[in-house]
Amino acid sequence: MRSMPPSKEGRQPLSDTKNAPEMVNITINGIQHEAVAGERVIIAAEKAGEYIPRFCHHPKLDPVGKCRQCLVEVEGPRGKQLLPSCAIYVTDGMVIDTQSDVVKKAQKGVLEYLLINHPLDCPVCDKAGECPLQDQTMTHGPGESRFVEAKRKFKKPIPVSDLVLLDRERCILCDRCVRVADQIAGDPLITFNERGNQTQILTFPNEPFASYFSGNTVQVCPVGALTSTDYRFRARPWDLEITPTVSLRDTVHSNAEINTSRGRVIRVYGATNDHVNDGWLSDKDRFSFGAINSDERVTTPLRKTGTGFEEITWADAIDTVSARLGAMIGTEVGSIGGANNTNEEAYALSKFMRTVIGSPHVDAQLGDGFEPQLAAAVIPRAKIDDIDAATTILVWGPDLKERLPVLYLRVRKAVRNGANLVVVAPTRTGLDAIATHVIRYRAGSGQDVIRKLANADKSMTAILETLAEGPVVTLFGRTSIAEDPRLAESVAAYGRTLDGAKLMPLLQRANVFGALDMGLAPNLLPGRISTTDTDASSHIEETWGPLPDALGRDTAAMLSGAVSGDIRALILVGADPVRDFPDPQAAEKALEEAEFVVAIDAFVTDSSRHADIILPAALWSEVEGTVTNLEGRVQVVGAALPPKGQARSVIGMLNDIATSMGAELTSFDVSVVSKEIATVAPAYQGITRDGIVFTSSGAGIVVPSQEAEIIVEMAPRYASMAPDAVPTEASGSAVIVPAQGTQPLGYIPTDQAVPMVTDRYTLHYAPAMYDDGVITRHAPSIADLVRDPTVGLNPRDASILAVANGSIVVVDGSVELPVRIDEAVPEGSVVLPFNHAATKGLQAVPAVTVEPIRDES
Amino acid sequence: MTTQILTARMEAHPSDSHTIERYLDTGGYATLKKTVASSKREDIVEQVKASNIRGRGGAGFPMGMKWGFLAASDPKYLVVNADESEPGTFKDRQLLERDPHQLIEGIAIASFALGVNRAFVYIRGEYSKPARRLQRAVEEAHEAGYLGENIAGSGFSLDVTVHLGAGAYICGEETALLNSIEGRRGEPRLKPPFPAVEGLYARPTIVNNVESLSNVPWIVANGGEAYAAIGPERSAGTRMFSLSGHVKKPGNYEIVMGMSWRDLIYGIGGGIRDDNELKTWIPGGASSPWLIPEHLDTAITIDGVVEFGTMLGSGAVVVMDETTDVVAAAHSIVRFFAHESCGQCTPCREGTKWLQDILERIMAGNGRPEDVDLLLDVSDNISPGLVWPPAMTTICPLGPSATAPIISITKYFLDEVNAAIEGRQAAVV
Repeated sequence: MRSMPPSKEGRQPLSDTKNAPEMVNITINGIQHEAVAGERVIIAAEKAGEYIPRFCHHPKLDPVGKCRQCLVEVEGPRGKQLLPSCAIYVTDGMVIDTQSDVVKKAQKGVLEYLLINHPLDCPVCDKAGECPLQDQTMTHGPGESRFVEAKRKFKKPIPVSDLVLLDRERCILCDRCVRVADQIAGDPLITFNERGNQTQILTFPNEPFASYFSGNTVQVCPVGALTSTDYRFRARPWDLEITPTVSLRDTVHSNAEINTSRGRVIRVYGATNDHVNDGWLSDKDRFSFGAINSDERVTTPLRKTGTGFEEITWADAIDTVSARLGAMIGTEVGSIGGANNTNEEAYALSKFMRTVIGSPHVDAQLGDGFEPQLAAAVIPRAKIDDIDAATTILVWGPDLKERLPVLYLRVRKAVRNGANLVVVAPTRTGLDAIATHVIRYRAGSGQDVIRKLANADKSMTAILETLAEGPVVTLFGRTSIAEDPRLAESVAAYGRTLDGAKLMPLLQRANVFGALDMGLAPNLLPGRISTTDTDASSHIEETWGPLPDALGRDTAAMLSGAVSGDIRALILVGADPVRDFPDPQAAEKALEEAEFVVAIDAFVTDSSRHADIILPAALWSEVEGTVTNLEGRVQVVGAALPPKGQARSVIGMLNDIATSMGAELTSFDVSVVSKEIATVAPAYQGITRDGIVFTSSGAGIVVPSQEAEIIVEMAPRYASMAPDAVPTEASGSAVIVPAQGTQPLGYIPTDQAVPMVTDRYTLHYAPAMYDDGVITRHAPSIADLVRDPTVGLNPRDASILAVANGSIVVVDGSVELPVRIDEAVPEGSVVLPFNHAATKGLQAVPAVTVEPIRDES
Repeated sequence: MTTQILTARMEAHPSDSHTIERYLDTGGYATLKKTVASSKREDIVEQVKASNIRGRGGAGFPMGMKWGFLAASDPKYLVVNADESEPGTFKDRQLLERDPHQLIEGIAIASFALGVNRAFVYIRGEYSKPARRLQRAVEEAHEAGYLGENIAGSGFSLDVTVHLGAGAYICGEETALLNSIEGRRGEPRLKPPFPAVEGLYARPTIVNNVESLSNVPWIVANGGEAYAAIGPERSAGTRMFSLSGHVKKPGNYEIVMGMSWRDLIYGIGGGIRDDNELKTWIPGGASSPWLIPEHLDTAITIDGVVEFGTMLGSGAVVVMDETTDVVAAAHSIVRFFAHESCGQCTPCREGTKWLQDILERIMAGNGRPEDVDLLLDVSDNISPGLVWPPAMTTICPLGPSATAPIISITKYFLDEVNAAIEGRQAAVV
């Protein structure tokens, strides 16, 4: 039982599916055309070169036939009939007239109707210049209005959400925003109100349009009725410069366009790449750009002084860094980060560390991900399109709605089109409401669930029946930063055993997959080469020269090395380990103890404030290059603006440091660096930035494009992993939630369950979409959307602790927060928001204490 | 006029025709008992087809044919449209209030024939007394074993749910009605799919009017042919007419179709009040274009009135005498449709209100010579060609309904309309 109405049109045939769509003959305006059977007439006509005017039609939304602009005549048993071409489907022999006098008059009449109450305030309307109503009035509409009555008046604008304003006078009631919120986002929070001439879009009483996808309503609005708070009255569309790019707010890499005007980014719009994002963006993708314009950006190189930082010249900064690093042995230097950069920047960093510095200590992950080989080279790897084609989807990782929101939309779409969905997580996730099965387990006891699945435990029968319906795509990752990363490996191993298995690794940070592919991991070299693969690494040495022999350290080992003195210098590349590493105190201590710290960063963060030198980094929208998403798709990011102030691309600054150290790194030209990657990195063979721009029709290219067997050779460890290889140190037990809509059964103690220790709670510690991340914090539109933090506790535990909703408790002796009692929190677990100002400093350990504050008075 | 199918009981027993005791006492539920005990479902459907009864809700679609469209997959539903809201129509109210068991027996026989185990009655929100009576009757029928599990020991089961509307005329449109039952906005759905294929809760559904179903016990008891023999061939059976307006004897009358309008208005209705002159009348509810005295001697048949560009609709005859200001009358109707438009599709939402605004401007003395053409063209953009039956640019027929009075006053009373536009005293007494 699902709460979601199914899609009216069912699963759309994929272009690469084996079942080619059935073609039929139709006649449009007397000319015969071939068309796809079952396709909307409006789309078939467009393909045939007949553009039918429309407002409510949107190819990604169920048709509603409401605006009536697309009326055409179709011959039927009772003669020609006027029908909405958006809501009727092609059948063989259909005869359609889009140009008859009746059609023309109807279309003209509808347009007149839409205009009579429209304010015609185009000169002050943001939409003017990119407005379908304006455009179609020009092409199909009457020149003058016959309407002499008083126009409809509404108070305007009214906020429908924190980010979106509504002008009901401009609204033409096309229902697009309502459908986007309901059908696409699953947030049916806006709706038609009143009736007749007073019909208007509104939210429900006392229920704001709190959606992570609200900005899409602005983009699909065919008039200026919905505007975003940050774009209103800022620009005219004809003044905008448009730069195609992809969003780097997560690893989906939703296609987008950056709109700039007078040297500032003023809007980000979704762009359609059906292989990736269907045109949708999350509000985080869309409204984060304020950080680029932030006055708090670091815009010149900085040197630490006794009291803070002083501005220095680039020359001084380069000299200082090269002198200090040059005075150390290579293996005394480590670099942390690089996931927020382009592939070319990551490549330059990887090469810089390994050849110029001579250090194998590089890591783009901050102890918050999992085994890099698994992330970079899992097989068989799922594409996003495979989610559409899957019969069953298993999601066991971060809450997609919070962490990979556009991927959440994709899974929703698949479920809406009939796919099964199994969600496994310690607590509630955004997908639970539409899941076929939900498994909840005490945080820390995930291996027990795997064991039960692998051993076909009776409690799993119904779920296993669903998982037997292949092909099954498994989306795996860490559900929380407190979770053992080896669980993700086990989930991947289990997912591989399922019918028609494909696997998608879920890491969240920007271009982390590109960074890993460029070798920013202690055991990886560019092109998904293992450092232990001597044949492949000798190929890289042909270009790079000799590679360091030593084993590389990951972030945790670099940080501990900085404390022990083995690591003397740390280079932070857009990395904030004090906030993102599971043990913030250890990270802070390491940065304090390290002899020399360079931070390449755009902001002074909790980490970069420990740096001796801060080099101002360019941000997204200021650098061009390629990036790689979670399916391995290489796409292009564009530079819409020059970097703010004296900020630079990482490639440029590393080249300068290398030169200053008497070495040669790579080109300053991104296209040339990209060609070097295409030569050096096996999985990227032949994949260049210019090639993608000119040949992939905007879709990007999934690597490796030619030699799939590279991956098979690359990851023998996982190729052989069977369920019985699953680690066995699990504890606790699973809670199976039979289906959505019903209450969870509650914690079921079994003989495998560890005894509950009353003062320790296993920790589920995961960030929400709006967290205290550096970009979010500096983006004014969304900075205030961070939710108030709570300590989630199961009702039973709350009663043992004698706390109520809102009672203040102390977690691990350090963090004081109010309690939120929630059935969806497993017994014995506690749920806390990671990367939130209120939990800053709390270590991501497996279990924590929770103590109520007793009122002593 | 002597044939009474629907109103015989209430006329004979005006004080208690709504009780189950009286219903049983007058032979009620015998047909149901016999049907569920020994009839084949298909035979019942055949009887209804043979009766030639056409739907009494307004569209006049052959009821048996509609039943034949019902998709085979289970569960399926029967929905009774008791959202009687067409201005001038009050016949179903009487059937609900005065003989609810007749309807329930009809529902039960129809459900048996259609393989339905769950029926819904969607009743107009303002109809509180009829709703109470019907609810009580459903309970009585349950207690007596004519509804519920294993009806009359036959193995056939049926539950009936009485569902009150909330005051929207549009919910009388069958798909808006289904949306309303489902808890959605009362907006007509796009068709296809039709309810018989995908109706209530996306299941195959038959939607029938109260009067249509109230005829079913008689049809099944007496045979379809007997019903078909009453009245003209394509307007078989008796029919409830709600006569109102400027007649001496307004009220509901069950008549055999085929009689003349003169017999209805001057005979049954007793003529015009104060013996005034008849000016015009609405033959089938506010949605239907009007007729004028030259049509008085034509026969009342479903197909016959189409010749004059109108319909029998819901059987609401509203008579207007010589004192009537036709512009004001038209405005009253147009305002009703503008108010009741669901607002989802553009031509109805914008067009009906525009028509209302124009009429109000004319009535306020600010008419312009081009307003007649404007009224007609705005109407034409809702109902292209202004033909009968109407073509539509809209999703449902509500918008085109609003053009009926515009068509009528410009066709028959153009001088009067022009006089109003020019600010002259309308040509009325």
